[in-house]
Amino acid sequence: MTIDWSWLGDHTDDLTTLTLSHLQAALTAVLLGLVISLPLAVVAHRIRPLRGLLLGLSNVLFTIPSIAVFVLLLPVSGLTRTTTVIGLTIYTLVVLLRNTVEGLDSVPARTKEAAKAMGTRPLRTLLTVELPLALPVIMAGVRIATVMSISLVSVATYIGDGGLGQLFTDGFQRNFPTPVIVGVVLTILLAVVADALLVALQYALTPWRRRRA
Amino acid sequence: MIQFDAVHKRFPNGTTAVHDLTLEMPEGGVTVLVGSSGCGKTTTLRMINRMVEPTSGTVRVAGRDVTRQDAAELRRSIGYVIQQAGLFPHRTVLDNIATVPLLLGQGRKRARARAAELLETVGLAPDAAKRYPHQLSGGQQQRVGVARALAADPPVLLMDEPFGAVDPVVRTQLQDELLRLQKELSKTIVFVTHDIDEAVRLGDQIAVFRTGGHLVQCAPPAELLARPADDFVADFLGAERGLKLLSLTSLAEIPQTPAETLRADEAVPPAGTGARWRLVTTAAGAPLGWLDADARHHDGPAGDAPLLPVRALRDTDSLLSALNESIASPGGLVARVTADGAVTGVTSRELIHDHAGAAHVAAGPAPAVTAPAVTGPAERAA
Repeated sequence: MTIDWSWLGDHTDDLTTLTLSHLQAALTAVLLGLVISLPLAVVAHRIRPLRGLLLGLSNVLFTIPSIAVFVLLLPVSGLTRTTTVIGLTIYTLVVLLRNTVEGLDSVPARTKEAAKAMGTRPLRTLLTVELPLALPVIMAGVRIATVMSISLVSVATYIGDGGLGQLFTDGFQRNFPTPVIVGVVLTILLAVVADALLVALQYALTPWRRRRA
Repeated sequence: MIQFDAVHKRFPNGTTAVHDLTLEMPEGGVTVLVGSSGCGKTTTLRMINRMVEPTSGTVRVAGRDVTRQDAAELRRSIGYVIQQAGLFPHRTVLDNIATVPLLLGQGRKRARARAAELLETVGLAPDAAKRYPHQLSGGQQQRVGVARALAADPPVLLMDEPFGAVDPVVRTQLQDELLRLQKELSKTIVFVTHDIDEAVRLGDQIAVFRTGGHLVQCAPPAELLARPADDFVADFLGAERGLKLLSLTSLAEIPQTPAETLRADEAVPPAGTGARWRLVTTAAGAPLGWLDADARHHDGPAGDAPLLPVRALRDTDSLLSALNESIASPGGLVARVTADGAVTGVTSRELIHDHAGAAHVAAGPAPAVTAPAVTGPAERAA
């Protein structure tokens, strides 16, 4: 297996387009996943009986094979980016929901108590005390969901999308390894860079967790 | 003023936390609630700012029924200090202190300026402002807790075992600071503790609770120590309650006699020419130690002679320290000094003992003859 460097040189524009498309699908899914799981997590955290139900449901969704999800979505949204994003979002939910609930659980009772006793109302306590303190656990979920989504985008090749995943089918059909290797390297690179940026973001958002201020 | 009127608190699991409590906590005074754990003292405190709602009866702050006020607004008007400070770990010290002013809608700039002032009030260095709570010691965190409670200048301060988690030395410091602050601010303070010594030090009145949420006795510390209402209170106050009472009386009113002193640069006089125990002082009059004039093992200046240690007392020191010193001092004499530390005279062991005895007599009226506690119908049914 050798790399055909001239192929690489001829396709830089395509590769850039595919990489950006890949990233866009993954990030949209994670953002949507956050928007959906935040309110659900707050509900699951506050109302005990709903916690098992919501977490169980997200587990069940996670066990559906990814190809099946895309196939099931075809009648709804067809061979579009929307199908890709919905599919990926479903998978992010299991991590994001669970971590957000656990993050909220990890906020010390004493701290919430103090906020209440100072006269902070529940919504403000959630936004200014609970969510910031839950952030490290939530961010751990966001990192897993991001890396997972980046790796999952390729599966959407089956419905004509799939970002860098298209390189795999291309190389496979032509029995030409270069695009496959390039696709794998770029996917890994994308995941590593995205993860590093999230670590930096968390560092910026949680000044109180640094060793020295 | 805070008034409890026939307040009951029964929790959903059936336990009665507070039983028929009627109690007044006077304006500008420190009321300490004491009792063993599970006696309802913390529940009582928490009913004042509606962290717990009474099952029946009314709690009034400044004449207004607390349950008729918006809970969040009520809480902003009442300072609250919790065990282990309960600071917000994600906010700087300054922003922690500014919490309530910000909730009240003051601008960030003004709230922070006020917070910076309070840092100094509670004895913290200005460079603590930018730190996070976990970077402070337990004692410093507790000071921030007090500053946060004071930030909106509330007339009422609730303190729930605020100094329970710090070591004894720091606790004493924090108690001193609280007493100093209280002298300036005259807040209506309700203070929960299980430490009877803390209660005696801080309280203008002490309310003793028994398991089941019964208030057994509420009295000023001296009266409580001298005249416990029953065996439960007496046991709770401990075997040394006689000595604790002495800790409440200051030395100021006990007379002193002139001291036989020697300056450190004076020669030791011959034996038998005066009192046996002479107090050696510096040129400025500060005591250095006791000299045994009869020992005569020295001919040089008094300052070079072997001296026995002295712990001189100021007028603000307690009768208990005087009693202690009268035992430790070789001649049974307690050296007295001015606030600046210059010797003013001595007081004899006998005189201190006389006053210690008198303190018990003076502490309070004879206990009123009370009828045995009436058992309510509800309790009899249970």
